[in-house]
Amino acid sequence: MTGVEIVRARVRRRHLWVGVGAAVAVIVAVTLSLSIGDYPLTLTQVGQALWGHGSAVENYIVLQVRAPRTLMAVLAGAALGMAGAVLQGLLRNPLASPDLLGISGGSGLAAVFAMLVLGVTGPLLTLWAFVGGIAVAALLLAAGRAATAGGYRLILAGIGVAFLASAATNYLMVTTQVEKAQTALLWLVGSLSSTPWWQVVTLAVVVVLSLPLLVASARWLPLHQMGTPSATALGVPPRLVQPLVVSAAVLLTASTAAFIGPVSFVALCAPAIARALLRHGAIGIGTSALVGAAILAGADLVAQFGLPGMQVPVGVVTGAFGAVFLLWLLATSKGRHL
Amino acid sequence: MRATVRTRRARIVLGAALVILGVALVLSLGVGARPIAPGVVWNALVSPDMGDPDHVVVLTQRIPRTVIGVLAGAALAVAGAVMQGLTRNPLADPGLLGINAGASVAVLAAITLFGIVAPSGFVWFAFGGAAIAAVAVAVIGSRGPDGANPAKLALTGAAVTAGLTAISMLILTTQTVALEVYRYWSVGALTARGLDTVTVIAVPLAAGLLLAALSVRGLNLLALGEETARGLGHDVTRTRVIGILAAVLLCGAATAMAGPIVFLGLMVPHLVRSIVGDDYRWLVTLGAPLGAALLLLADVTGRVIALPGEVQAGIVVAFVGAPVLISLVLRRQQVTL
Amino acid sequence: MSTADAPRLAARSLSAGYPGRTVIEGLDMEFAPGRITMIIGANASGKSTLLHTLARLRAPLAGRVELDGADVAGMPRRSFARSVGLLPQHPSAPDGITVAELVSRGRHPHRGVFQRWGAADSRIVDDAMARTGVEALADRPVGDLSGGQRQRVWIAMALAQSPRILLLDEPTTFLDLSHQLEVLDLLRDLNRTEGTTVVVVLHELNLAARYADDLVVLHEGRVIAHGAPADVLTADVVSTAFALDALVMPDPLTGTPLIVPVPGGAHTPAEEN
Repeated sequence: MTGVEIVRARVRRRHLWVGVGAAVAVIVAVTLSLSIGDYPLTLTQVGQALWGHGSAVENYIVLQVRAPRTLMAVLAGAALGMAGAVLQGLLRNPLASPDLLGISGGSGLAAVFAMLVLGVTGPLLTLWAFVGGIAVAALLLAAGRAATAGGYRLILAGIGVAFLASAATNYLMVTTQVEKAQTALLWLVGSLSSTPWWQVVTLAVVVVLSLPLLVASARWLPLHQMGTPSATALGVPPRLVQPLVVSAAVLLTASTAAFIGPVSFVALCAPAIARALLRHGAIGIGTSALVGAAILAGADLVAQFGLPGMQVPVGVVTGAFGAVFLLWLLATSKGRHL
Repeated sequence: MRATVRTRRARIVLGAALVILGVALVLSLGVGARPIAPGVVWNALVSPDMGDPDHVVVLTQRIPRTVIGVLAGAALAVAGAVMQGLTRNPLADPGLLGINAGASVAVLAAITLFGIVAPSGFVWFAFGGAAIAAVAVAVIGSRGPDGANPAKLALTGAAVTAGLTAISMLILTTQTVALEVYRYWSVGALTARGLDTVTVIAVPLAAGLLLAALSVRGLNLLALGEETARGLGHDVTRTRVIGILAAVLLCGAATAMAGPIVFLGLMVPHLVRSIVGDDYRWLVTLGAPLGAALLLLADVTGRVIALPGEVQAGIVVAFVGAPVLISLVLRRQQVTL
Repeated sequence: MSTADAPRLAARSLSAGYPGRTVIEGLDMEFAPGRITMIIGANASGKSTLLHTLARLRAPLAGRVELDGADVAGMPRRSFARSVGLLPQHPSAPDGITVAELVSRGRHPHRGVFQRWGAADSRIVDDAMARTGVEALADRPVGDLSGGQRQRVWIAMALAQSPRILLLDEPTTFLDLSHQLEVLDLLRDLNRTEGTTVVVVLHELNLAARYADDLVVLHEGRVIAHGAPADVLTADVVSTAFALDALVMPDPLTGTPLIVPVPGGAHTPAEEN
């Protein structure tokens, strides 16, 4: 094998092993998630119930309660992981995550507004949240349009919007009754409980729809990383990269937030972990998806069973994990790459 | 701009700022769901009659919130100027950088987890929280080959804020009474606390202002670049330490009184800078009265735009400040160092 | 490469710059195919703007850039990238990327969306690394290399594009003299063996005089001289373009023009901008 082929083979091998590792983590989390709980089931029972061959109770628990929740965790985690990976690649900054750039904030604000002011519930609420995220994205794209230098403006505009959304959300929370605020808070933190199947299917469809955008991102981002002049000289259309990537990130983030609330930090941490494992300056979209799925599925397990005698929303677990992760970034040499 | 022209302009602005502050004070004492004429306000101050409901409102509500507004506004504006000088970044705002979030989460923890409800107790948490967040941002945000560029610093602050919010969420979902407390702590409001808090933070706040004033010369030198400043024989580290200490004291005090207020520390220095240029003596001197005036005016606005309810001052400021930030970002020149 | 298929890059009545600021006006020139052309001029004379416009990084304000007689504005992106390679002034390599991977990215214009990496691609990349002398560094992270090595890696990447024309924007900035010569020797070697047309924006007058086949002197957005260094570099030209009084004499070693500034000879140009 020639020089470059040796290096490429090594990179491919690494991708493979990391991917397998992450996939195994996902499978373990999924298996645990389907088996343990108030009604513990063995693997055979789970297997049978999945095909509808178990007892009525087992079937119900597995097919109507646990499977959708688990699948949602996997899908949402993957979606968030990919959204974070492409956005961080675009903005060349490991902290550029859709939750920090106001997309989740916009979703949250729209949903809380709909919930507290308009009294909206159910699927319509989902739509509100989705539209809120998209609205923020449109604003960001407008802000970033003239930017030729590394998405500077997009980042700053996003942060401004995030704080604004946060302030507005807080205002709504303050001016309503405590009980309603409690419900809104639970939604804002991000929760996987009682996930209906239609949400899982819809999210799956959205992820599939975003695949072309992600493939294009995977092709262009490695070149974009080398700076706009080099990327342009290699044939990447400079004015298309930003809208394309932002659209992909927004689509994935807004839909995820619409269903499970603006879960924090998965979009930030999953790609960071993926990149650390893959090394060689890879963007790691696929790996981020697997890592994100593992993180969210694992977090959901912790959320349900971690604290004795109580359940917390999954967003709390990802938040705590994310906060610690940030500190770790600070304390180790990995912070150097920020 | 020649120095004398600048100084003259600055003095005019100072005069204007004090006048505006005066107006803001009058408005703050008189305007609200229950409009009170200045004459009555004066009587309430000079010869209070506890049987008169107007007097009661003035003494128990208007005065405390006015005092808090003046102090917090001044503190945040000055802290913002100092932070911008330290980071050499026109977009540094204590709220954006997560310092206020650090203070408020710490206070939340103090109140809900440790049951420390007396201002004299939780105020120290506010300072501690602000300090931790400031250090975190300073360290993370200045790592890497290109140091603390505006976008990176802002992102670091946002990430730190998010982390702190996550911690507060953790507290909220495990402590049932916390939500009521938190709701009011997550928003900057001049009515969150009373004069008892003010008396506790008065000394640290004054110390913060003093330190800020002391750091001003150093900040002007630092603006030339770290190596240049050192080459001029200046002790950069000492300025940094004094500056950070000042910012922590000011932000901790302001947040302990009024909760986390974002964008004030960004807008006021920018406003001053656009009139008198980049001299930290003026950014601090003019920033204090302007910041106080702005916060009071925001509070007054909040009292009247949503009658019979109120919009908290912090929210009004955010609604004004976010567009300001975004327009700053969209105007090319302002973003670079 | 025979003269028949040597690419003809030309500017026709080209005006280029930024919105609100025209840097180059009405520029007409042809870049000699198969030769090394160097563009020199004082700061803000428009050198980089010209190169960026030639590389299609920015659209002309007026006029056009032509490749083989056709307006480049209409060419499909990848097709243009297959003909023209660019080494920009401050290229940035993502953290941790290895030399081989960076050079491989140069193959992008030749690979369709679903095209797999092929043996031909590997051969070209290895070739590019061999010609620039970095094949021994193939699995080293680019960030660990010296300035000169890094520049060679970036040139290898541009070579992996298999371009017929190579544009370089100040490839020797921040390099010490031995590395500067390393890079320029490499470019000359490429030109002589492959016949690649090379257009370089260069700061160092004497190096440009030594290595260029053709010299283009820009002054305030206009070409004031174009031709062989010996013909073009006169004391007059140097004085106009660089506001510098200098002696121009043949280099004792190479015979090319050597510019020796007269002490105290820097003067403010007649027109201040």
